[in-house]
Amino acid sequence: MKIYLKIWRQKDAASKGKMVDYTMEGIEGDMSFLEMLDILNEELITKGEEPIEFDHDCREGICGTCSLQINGRPHGPDTMITACQLHMRSFNDGDTITIEPFRAKAFPVIKDLIIDRTAFDRIQQAGGFISVNTSGHTIDANSIPIEKEKADDSFYAAACIGCGACVAACKNASAMLFTSAKVSQFALLPQGRVEATDRVLNMVRQMDIEGFGNCTNTGACEVECPKGISLENIARMNREYLSASLKG
Amino acid sequence: MTKLIQSSIARKVVMALSGIFLVLFLALHFTINFTSVISPDTFNEFSHFMGYNPVVQFLMQPILIAGVVIHFVMGIILEIQNNRARGVKYVQFKGSANAPWVSRNMIYSGAVVLAFLGLHFYDFWLHEMAFKYVEVNPEDPTRYYAETVEKFAPIWRTVLYVISFGLLSLHLWHGFASSFQTMGLNNKYTPAIVNFTKIYAVAIPLGFAFIALYHHFNPIIH
Repeated sequence: MKIYLKIWRQKDAASKGKMVDYTMEGIEGDMSFLEMLDILNEELITKGEEPIEFDHDCREGICGTCSLQINGRPHGPDTMITACQLHMRSFNDGDTITIEPFRAKAFPVIKDLIIDRTAFDRIQQAGGFISVNTSGHTIDANSIPIEKEKADDSFYAAACIGCGACVAACKNASAMLFTSAKVSQFALLPQGRVEATDRVLNMVRQMDIEGFGNCTNTGACEVECPKGISLENIARMNREYLSASLKG
Repeated sequence: MTKLIQSSIARKVVMALSGIFLVLFLALHFTINFTSVISPDTFNEFSHFMGYNPVVQFLMQPILIAGVVIHFVMGIILEIQNNRARGVKYVQFKGSANAPWVSRNMIYSGAVVLAFLGLHFYDFWLHEMAFKYVEVNPEDPTRYYAETVEKFAPIWRTVLYVISFGLLSLHLWHGFASSFQTMGLNNKYTPAIVNFTKIYAVAIPLGFAFIALYHHFNPIIH
Protein backbone atom coordinates (compact mmCIF):
# COMPACT_ATOMS: atom_id res chain seq x y z
CA MET A 1 0.00 0.00 0.00
CA LYS A 2 1.03 3.57 -0.59
CA ILE A 3 0.06 5.81 2.31
CA TYR A 4 0.22 9.58 2.61
CA LEU A 5 0.82 10.81 6.14
CA LYS A 6 0.24 14.22 7.69
CA ILE A 7 1.96 14.19 11.07
CA TRP A 8 2.16 16.86 13.79
CA ARG A 9 5.77 17.85 14.38
CA GLN A 10 6.65 20.02 17.35
CA LYS A 11 10.24 20.49 18.52
CA ASP A 12 9.39 20.99 22.20
CA ALA A 13 6.69 22.28 24.54
CA ALA A 14 7.62 25.92 23.90
CA SER A 15 7.78 25.67 20.10
CA LYS A 16 4.92 26.05 17.69
CA GLY A 17 4.09 22.84 15.84
CA LYS A 18 2.92 22.14 12.31
CA MET A 19 1.70 19.29 10.13
CA VAL A 20 4.42 17.67 7.98
CA ASP A 21 3.73 15.43 4.97
CA TYR A 22 5.37 12.01 4.52
CA THR A 23 4.78 9.31 1.92
CA MET A 24 5.17 5.61 2.77
CA GLU A 25 5.37 2.84 0.20
CA GLY A 26 5.21 -0.95 0.60
CA ILE A 27 3.00 -0.85 3.69
CA GLU A 28 1.46 -4.26 4.47
CA GLY A 29 -2.05 -4.62 5.91
CA ASP A 30 -0.74 -6.93 8.65
CA MET A 31 1.58 -4.25 10.01
CA SER A 32 0.43 -2.55 13.16
CA PHE A 33 0.00 1.22 13.02
CA LEU A 34 2.98 1.73 15.31
CA GLU A 35 5.13 -0.61 13.18
CA MET A 36 4.33 1.64 10.24
CA LEU A 37 5.57 4.61 12.30
CA ASP A 38 8.67 2.59 13.29
CA ILE A 39 9.48 2.04 9.61
CA LEU A 40 8.96 5.74 8.90
CA ASN A 41 11.31 6.60 11.75
CA GLU A 42 13.98 4.19 10.44
CA GLU A 43 13.75 5.91 7.07
CA LEU A 44 14.05 9.32 8.72
CA ILE A 45 17.06 8.24 10.80
CA THR A 46 18.73 6.77 7.68
CA LYS A 47 18.23 10.11 5.96
CA GLY A 48 19.71 11.87 8.98
CA GLU A 49 16.43 13.49 9.97
CA GLU A 50 14.92 13.72 13.43
CA PRO A 51 12.57 10.72 14.06
CA ILE A 52 8.96 11.31 15.07
CA GLU A 53 8.49 10.99 18.82
CA PHE A 54 5.42 9.02 19.90
CA ASP A 55 4.46 7.27 23.12
CA HIS A 56 4.25 3.47 23.30
CA ASP A 57 5.09 0.73 25.74
CA CYS A 58 3.29 -2.62 25.91
CA ARG A 59 1.93 -2.55 22.34
CA GLU A 60 -0.91 -4.88 23.37
CA GLY A 61 -3.58 -2.45 24.55
CA ILE A 62 -2.88 -2.74 28.27
CA CYS A 63 -0.64 0.12 29.35
CA GLY A 64 -2.59 3.06 27.87
CA THR A 65 0.60 4.78 26.78
CA CYS A 66 -0.04 5.21 23.06
CA SER A 67 -2.04 8.34 22.47
CA LEU A 68 -2.56 9.19 18.83
CA GLN A 69 -5.40 11.12 17.26
CA ILE A 70 -5.70 9.32 13.91
CA ASN A 71 -7.90 10.83 11.20
CA GLY A 72 -9.69 12.94 13.79
CA ARG A 73 -10.41 10.12 16.24
CA PRO A 74 -8.46 8.94 19.31
CA HIS A 75 -6.79 5.57 18.62
CA GLY A 76 -8.05 5.69 15.02
CA PRO A 77 -11.10 4.48 13.15
CA ASP A 78 -11.73 1.15 14.95
CA THR A 79 -13.49 0.91 18.32
CA MET A 80 -12.48 -0.80 21.57
CA ILE A 81 -8.77 -0.75 20.69
CA THR A 82 -5.77 1.41 21.38
CA ALA A 83 -3.58 2.87 18.61
CA CYS A 84 -1.06 0.04 19.09
CA GLN A 85 -3.79 -2.52 18.32
CA LEU A 86 -4.75 -0.75 15.11
CA HIS A 87 -3.54 -2.43 11.92
CA MET A 88 -2.87 -0.99 8.52
CA ARG A 89 -5.56 -3.24 7.06
CA SER A 90 -8.02 -0.64 8.39
CA PHE A 91 -6.76 1.71 5.66
CA ASN A 92 -6.72 1.55 1.87
CA ASP A 93 -4.02 2.06 -0.72
CA GLY A 94 -3.65 5.77 -1.43
CA ASP A 95 -5.26 6.91 1.84
CA THR A 96 -4.13 10.07 3.57
CA ILE A 97 -3.81 9.59 7.33
CA THR A 98 -3.67 12.53 9.74
CA ILE A 99 -1.81 11.89 13.00
CA GLU A 100 -1.95 14.39 15.86
CA PRO A 101 -1.35 14.25 19.60
CA PHE A 102 -4.37 14.12 21.95
CA ARG A 103 -5.37 17.75 22.40
CA ALA A 104 -6.26 19.29 25.76
CA LYS A 105 -4.96 22.27 27.68
CA ALA A 106 -4.36 19.87 30.57
CA PHE A 107 -2.33 17.56 28.25
CA PRO A 108 0.43 19.86 26.92
CA VAL A 109 2.56 18.54 24.06
CA ILE A 110 6.09 17.62 25.13
CA LYS A 111 7.39 16.79 21.67
CA ASP A 112 5.77 15.77 18.35
CA LEU A 113 3.05 13.28 19.33
CA ILE A 114 4.02 12.91 22.99
CA ILE A 115 1.85 14.63 25.57
CA ASP A 116 2.15 15.17 29.31
CA ARG A 117 -0.66 13.21 31.01
CA THR A 118 0.49 13.70 34.59
CA ALA A 119 -2.78 15.59 35.18
CA PHE A 120 -4.37 12.13 35.38
CA ASP A 121 -1.77 11.05 37.94
CA ARG A 122 -2.60 14.06 40.10
CA ILE A 123 -6.33 13.28 39.93
CA GLN A 124 -5.55 9.70 40.98
CA GLN A 125 -3.29 10.89 43.79
CA ALA A 126 -6.07 13.16 45.08
CA GLY A 127 -8.17 10.18 46.13
CA GLY A 128 -7.96 7.21 43.79
CA PHE A 129 -6.84 4.78 46.46
CA ILE A 130 -7.90 3.11 49.71
CA SER A 131 -5.92 3.47 52.91
CA VAL A 132 -4.93 0.01 54.09
CA ASN A 133 -2.48 -0.92 56.79
CA THR A 134 0.06 -3.12 55.04
CA SER A 135 2.26 -3.77 58.06
CA GLY A 136 1.68 -7.51 58.04
CA HIS A 137 -1.87 -7.62 59.41
CA THR A 138 -3.62 -6.96 56.10
CA ILE A 139 -7.08 -8.48 55.94
CA ASP A 140 -7.72 -10.62 52.89
CA ALA A 141 -9.99 -8.63 50.56
CA ASN A 142 -11.92 -11.81 49.78
CA SER A 143 -13.02 -12.16 53.42
CA ILE A 144 -15.61 -9.39 52.85
CA PRO A 145 -18.66 -10.64 50.91
CA ILE A 146 -19.46 -8.43 47.88
CA GLU A 147 -22.48 -8.73 45.58
CA LYS A 148 -21.43 -10.17 42.23
CA GLU A 149 -23.09 -7.33 40.28
CA LYS A 150 -21.21 -4.66 42.23
CA ALA A 151 -17.93 -6.55 42.00
CA ASP A 152 -18.40 -6.81 38.23
CA ASP A 153 -19.23 -3.11 37.83
CA SER A 154 -16.21 -2.20 39.92
CA PHE A 155 -14.05 -4.44 37.75
CA TYR A 156 -15.38 -2.87 34.55
CA ALA A 157 -14.60 0.61 35.92
CA ALA A 158 -11.13 -0.54 36.97
CA ALA A 159 -10.47 -1.62 33.37
CA CYS A 160 -9.73 2.07 32.57
CA ILE A 161 -6.10 2.29 31.44
CA GLY A 162 -5.93 6.08 31.74
CA CYS A 163 -4.96 6.58 28.10
CA GLY A 164 -6.81 9.89 27.80
CA ALA A 165 -8.88 8.97 24.72
CA CYS A 166 -11.99 10.21 26.58
CA VAL A 167 -10.46 13.67 26.91
CA ALA A 168 -9.22 13.61 23.33
CA ALA A 169 -12.63 12.62 21.94
CA CYS A 170 -14.69 15.01 24.04
CA LYS A 171 -15.46 18.30 22.30
CA ASN A 172 -14.99 19.92 25.71
CA ALA A 173 -11.78 18.04 26.63
CA SER A 174 -13.57 16.78 29.72
CA ALA A 175 -11.97 14.15 31.96
CA MET A 176 -15.24 13.02 33.53
CA LEU A 177 -15.11 9.46 32.16
CA PHE A 178 -11.60 8.84 33.49
CA THR A 179 -12.28 10.43 36.88
CA SER A 180 -15.64 8.69 37.23
CA ALA A 181 -14.09 5.29 36.46
CA LYS A 182 -11.49 5.83 39.15
CA VAL A 183 -14.15 7.02 41.63
CA SER A 184 -16.51 4.16 40.74
CA GLN A 185 -14.06 1.30 41.07
CA PHE A 186 -13.78 2.11 44.77
CA ALA A 187 -17.25 3.53 45.43
CA LEU A 188 -18.81 0.17 44.51
CA LEU A 189 -16.79 -1.84 47.02
CA PRO A 190 -17.15 -1.87 50.83
CA GLN A 191 -13.41 -1.21 51.19
CA GLY A 192 -13.82 1.98 49.18
CA ARG A 193 -16.89 3.29 51.00
CA VAL A 194 -14.87 4.32 54.09
CA GLU A 195 -13.19 7.23 52.27
CA ALA A 196 -15.86 7.70 49.58
CA THR A 197 -16.89 11.25 50.59
CA ASP A 198 -13.40 12.74 50.61
CA ARG A 199 -12.38 10.73 47.56
CA VAL A 200 -15.01 12.11 45.18
CA LEU A 201 -14.72 15.69 46.46
CA ASN A 202 -10.92 15.69 46.18
CA MET A 203 -10.74 13.97 42.79
CA VAL A 204 -13.35 16.25 41.20
CA ARG A 205 -11.64 19.31 42.70
CA GLN A 206 -8.30 18.20 41.23
CA MET A 207 -9.95 17.48 37.87
CA ASP A 208 -11.27 21.06 37.83
CA ILE A 209 -7.92 22.51 38.90
CA GLU A 210 -6.20 20.75 36.00
CA GLY A 211 -8.37 22.71 33.56
CA PHE A 212 -10.38 19.94 31.92
CA GLY A 213 -13.71 20.95 30.38
CA ASN A 214 -17.25 20.28 31.56
CA CYS A 215 -19.15 17.17 30.51
CA THR A 216 -22.08 17.85 28.15
CA ASN A 217 -23.14 14.19 27.86
CA THR A 218 -22.37 13.84 24.16
CA GLY A 219 -21.22 10.27 24.83
CA ALA A 220 -18.15 10.58 22.57
CA CYS A 221 -15.88 9.39 25.40
CA GLU A 222 -17.81 6.14 25.84
CA VAL A 223 -17.68 5.42 22.08
CA GLU A 224 -13.93 6.04 21.83
CA CYS A 225 -12.85 4.41 25.10
CA PRO A 226 -10.68 1.39 24.20
CA LYS A 227 -11.88 -0.38 27.34
CA GLY A 228 -15.61 0.37 26.96
CA ILE A 229 -15.95 2.40 30.16
CA SER A 230 -19.63 3.29 30.47
CA LEU A 231 -21.31 6.68 30.97
CA GLU A 232 -23.03 5.06 33.97
CA ASN A 233 -19.80 5.80 35.83
CA ILE A 234 -20.24 9.54 35.23
CA ALA A 235 -23.80 9.37 36.58
CA ARG A 236 -22.49 7.44 39.60
CA MET A 237 -19.76 10.03 40.22
CA ASN A 238 -22.33 12.84 39.98
CA ARG A 239 -24.50 11.07 42.57
CA GLU A 240 -21.50 10.50 44.81
CA TYR A 241 -20.41 14.11 44.42
CA LEU A 242 -23.81 15.62 45.14
CA SER A 243 -24.35 13.43 48.17
CA ALA A 244 -20.81 14.13 49.44
CA SER A 245 -21.30 17.89 48.95
CA LEU A 246 -24.54 17.85 50.93
CA LYS A 247 -22.86 15.88 53.74
CA GLY A 248 -19.87 18.24 53.74
CA MET B 1 -21.72 25.99 49.37
CA THR B 2 -19.17 28.25 47.62
CA LYS B 3 -17.11 25.17 46.78
CA LEU B 4 -20.20 23.54 45.32
CA ILE B 5 -20.88 26.49 42.98
CA GLN B 6 -17.26 26.48 41.80
CA SER B 7 -17.30 22.82 40.82
CA SER B 8 -17.87 21.61 37.27
CA ILE B 9 -20.47 19.07 38.40
CA ALA B 10 -22.44 21.70 40.35
CA ARG B 11 -22.49 23.99 37.32
CA LYS B 12 -23.82 21.14 35.23
CA VAL B 13 -26.49 20.37 37.83
CA VAL B 14 -27.59 24.02 37.70
CA MET B 15 -27.95 23.64 33.92
CA ALA B 16 -29.89 20.40 34.34
CA LEU B 17 -32.28 21.68 37.02
CA SER B 18 -33.01 24.97 35.24
CA GLY B 19 -33.47 22.99 32.02
CA ILE B 20 -35.99 20.60 33.56
CA PHE B 21 -37.84 23.54 35.08
CA LEU B 22 -38.07 25.15 31.63
CA VAL B 23 -39.20 21.86 30.10
CA LEU B 24 -42.05 21.70 32.63
CA PHE B 25 -42.95 25.32 31.90
CA LEU B 26 -43.09 24.52 28.17
CA ALA B 27 -45.75 21.87 28.85
CA LEU B 28 -47.87 24.40 30.75
CA HIS B 29 -47.35 27.09 28.08
CA PHE B 30 -48.30 24.64 25.34
CA THR B 31 -51.45 23.52 27.16
CA ILE B 32 -52.68 27.12 27.51
CA ASN B 33 -51.74 28.02 23.93
CA PHE B 34 -53.48 24.96 22.54
CA THR B 35 -56.79 26.11 24.00
CA SER B 36 -56.63 29.01 21.51
CA VAL B 37 -57.17 26.48 18.72
CA ILE B 38 -60.03 24.69 20.49
CA SER B 39 -61.87 27.50 22.26
CA PRO B 40 -61.04 31.24 22.06
CA ASP B 41 -63.09 31.88 25.23
CA THR B 42 -61.11 29.33 27.27
CA PHE B 43 -57.87 30.83 25.91
CA ASN B 44 -59.01 34.31 26.94
CA GLU B 45 -59.93 33.04 30.40
CA PHE B 46 -56.57 31.30 30.94
CA SER B 47 -54.61 34.26 29.57
CA HIS B 48 -56.46 36.74 31.74
CA PHE B 49 -55.85 34.60 34.81
CA MET B 50 -52.12 34.32 34.00
CA GLY B 51 -51.91 38.04 33.31
CA TYR B 52 -53.63 39.30 36.46
CA ASN B 53 -53.20 36.64 39.16
CA PRO B 54 -50.71 38.12 41.66
CA VAL B 55 -49.10 34.72 42.41
CA VAL B 56 -48.45 34.14 38.71
CA GLN B 57 -47.35 37.72 38.05
CA PHE B 58 -45.21 38.47 41.07
CA LEU B 59 -43.95 35.03 42.12
CA MET B 60 -44.05 32.58 39.22
CA GLN B 61 -43.09 35.05 36.48
CA PRO B 62 -39.89 36.28 38.22
CA ILE B 63 -38.96 32.63 38.96
CA LEU B 64 -39.44 31.79 35.29
CA ILE B 65 -37.34 34.74 34.13
CA ALA B 66 -34.64 33.75 36.64
CA GLY B 67 -34.76 30.17 35.31
CA VAL B 68 -34.24 31.37 31.73
CA VAL B 69 -31.43 33.76 32.70
CA ILE B 70 -29.62 31.16 34.85
CA HIS B 71 -29.89 28.57 32.07
CA PHE B 72 -28.42 30.72 29.30
CA VAL B 73 -25.82 32.54 31.41
CA MET B 74 -24.54 29.21 32.77
CA GLY B 75 -24.65 27.76 29.25
CA ILE B 76 -22.43 30.58 27.95
CA ILE B 77 -20.02 30.24 30.91
CA LEU B 78 -19.71 26.47 30.32
CA GLU B 79 -19.18 26.98 26.58
CA ILE B 80 -16.35 29.47 27.17
CA GLN B 81 -14.70 27.13 29.70
CA ASN B 82 -15.08 24.16 27.37
CA ASN B 83 -13.49 26.00 24.46
CA ARG B 84 -10.57 27.01 26.66
CA ALA B 85 -10.09 23.42 27.86
CA ARG B 86 -9.08 22.25 24.38
CA GLY B 87 -6.17 24.68 24.06
CA VAL B 88 -4.61 24.08 20.62
CA LYS B 89 -7.35 23.00 18.20
CA TYR B 90 -7.19 19.76 16.23
CA VAL B 91 -6.31 19.96 12.54
CA GLN B 92 -8.83 17.16 12.02
CA PHE B 93 -11.59 16.37 14.52
CA LYS B 94 -14.28 13.88 13.52
CA GLY B 95 -16.94 14.68 16.08
CA SER B 96 -19.67 13.08 13.97
CA ALA B 97 -18.00 9.67 14.36
CA ASN B 98 -18.82 9.39 18.03
CA ALA B 99 -21.55 11.85 19.02
CA PRO B 100 -24.80 13.06 17.44
CA TRP B 101 -24.97 16.56 15.91
CA VAL B 102 -27.58 17.78 18.39
CA SER B 103 -25.43 16.95 21.42
CA ARG B 104 -22.40 18.74 19.94
CA ASN B 105 -24.26 21.90 18.96
CA MET B 106 -26.40 22.74 21.98
CA ILE B 107 -24.87 26.21 22.10
CA TYR B 108 -26.15 26.98 18.58
CA SER B 109 -29.65 25.55 19.04
CA GLY B 110 -29.72 27.34 22.41
CA ALA B 111 -28.61 30.63 20.83
CA VAL B 112 -31.47 30.47 18.30
CA VAL B 113 -33.97 29.70 21.07
CA LEU B 114 -32.57 32.64 23.09
CA ALA B 115 -32.90 34.98 20.09
CA PHE B 116 -36.44 33.71 19.63
CA LEU B 117 -37.18 34.44 23.30
CA GLY B 118 -36.10 38.03 22.65
CA LEU B 119 -38.63 38.32 19.83
CA HIS B 120 -41.29 36.47 21.85
CA PHE B 121 -40.82 38.78 24.85
CA TYR B 122 -41.01 41.80 22.54
CA ASP B 123 -44.16 40.45 20.87
CA PHE B 124 -46.15 39.46 23.94
CA TRP B 125 -44.51 40.23 27.28
CA LEU B 126 -43.42 43.83 26.62
CA HIS B 127 -46.75 44.51 24.94
CA GLU B 128 -48.52 43.16 28.02
CA MET B 129 -46.37 45.20 30.43
CA ALA B 130 -47.06 48.37 28.40
CA PHE B 131 -50.79 47.62 28.28
CA LYS B 132 -51.06 47.13 32.03
CA TYR B 133 -48.46 49.34 33.64
CA VAL B 134 -47.53 52.10 31.14
CA GLU B 135 -50.79 52.82 29.37
CA VAL B 136 -52.71 51.70 32.49
CA ASN B 137 -55.60 50.30 30.45
CA PRO B 138 -58.59 48.79 32.26
CA GLU B 139 -58.80 44.98 32.43
CA ASP B 140 -60.23 43.38 29.30
CA PRO B 141 -60.60 39.60 29.64
CA THR B 142 -61.69 39.21 26.00
CA ARG B 143 -58.74 40.75 24.13
CA TYR B 144 -56.15 37.93 24.16
CA TYR B 145 -57.38 35.72 21.33
CA ALA B 146 -57.73 38.62 18.88
CA GLU B 147 -54.27 39.95 19.84
CA THR B 148 -52.70 36.53 19.27
CA VAL B 149 -54.30 36.11 15.86
CA GLU B 150 -53.16 39.62 14.92
CA LYS B 151 -49.57 38.80 15.94
CA PHE B 152 -49.44 35.84 13.57
CA ALA B 153 -50.85 37.71 10.60
CA PRO B 154 -47.41 38.63 9.13
CA ILE B 155 -45.87 35.58 7.46
CA TRP B 156 -42.30 36.57 8.48
CA ARG B 157 -43.18 36.28 12.17
CA THR B 158 -44.93 32.94 11.69
CA VAL B 159 -41.93 31.58 9.75
CA LEU B 160 -39.46 32.82 12.40
CA TYR B 161 -41.54 31.15 15.11
CA VAL B 162 -41.71 27.84 13.21
CA ILE B 163 -37.94 27.82 12.54
CA SER B 164 -37.27 28.57 16.22
CA PHE B 165 -39.53 25.69 17.27
CA GLY B 166 -37.44 23.41 15.02
CA LEU B 167 -34.28 24.45 16.86
CA LEU B 168 -36.10 24.12 20.20
CA SER B 169 -36.87 20.54 19.21
CA LEU B 170 -33.18 19.80 18.60
CA HIS B 171 -32.26 21.46 21.92
CA LEU B 172 -34.79 19.36 23.83
CA TRP B 173 -33.81 16.17 21.96
CA HIS B 174 -30.45 16.14 23.73
CA GLY B 175 -31.02 18.38 26.72
CA PHE B 176 -33.96 16.73 28.42
CA ALA B 177 -32.56 13.20 28.82
CA SER B 178 -29.08 14.62 29.37
CA SER B 179 -30.35 16.45 32.49
CA PHE B 180 -31.14 13.13 34.15
CA GLN B 181 -27.66 11.78 33.41
CA THR B 182 -26.15 14.94 34.93
CA MET B 183 -28.19 14.48 38.09
CA GLY B 184 -26.86 10.96 38.44
CA LEU B 185 -29.78 9.01 37.01
CA ASN B 186 -28.49 6.35 34.65
CA ASN B 187 -30.23 3.06 35.32
CA LYS B 188 -32.87 0.68 34.00
CA TYR B 189 -35.26 3.64 33.49
CA THR B 190 -32.83 5.49 31.20
CA PRO B 191 -34.14 3.98 27.91
CA ALA B 192 -37.68 5.04 28.93
CA ILE B 193 -36.45 8.57 29.76
CA VAL B 194 -34.65 8.78 26.40
CA ASN B 195 -37.77 7.60 24.54
CA PHE B 196 -40.00 10.04 26.42
CA THR B 197 -37.50 12.82 25.62
CA LYS B 198 -37.72 12.05 21.90
CA ILE B 199 -41.53 12.10 21.95
CA TYR B 200 -41.60 15.32 23.99
CA ALA B 201 -38.92 17.00 21.85
CA VAL B 202 -40.96 16.38 18.70
CA ALA B 203 -44.52 16.74 20.00
CA ILE B 204 -44.25 20.02 21.94
CA PRO B 205 -42.39 22.11 19.30
CA LEU B 206 -44.57 20.58 16.57
CA GLY B 207 -47.63 21.60 18.58
CA PHE B 208 -46.33 25.15 19.03
CA ALA B 209 -45.59 25.35 15.29
CA PHE B 210 -49.10 24.11 14.52
CA ILE B 211 -50.63 26.81 16.73
CA ALA B 212 -48.58 29.56 15.00
CA LEU B 213 -49.49 28.26 11.53
CA TYR B 214 -53.14 27.84 12.55
CA HIS B 215 -53.44 31.45 13.62
CA HIS B 216 -51.72 32.62 10.44
CA PHE B 217 -53.79 30.58 7.99
CA ASN B 218 -57.16 30.35 9.79
CA PRO B 219 -58.13 34.02 9.19
CA ILE B 220 -56.97 33.72 5.55
CA ILE B 221 -59.07 30.60 4.93
CA HIS B 222 -62.14 32.03 6.65
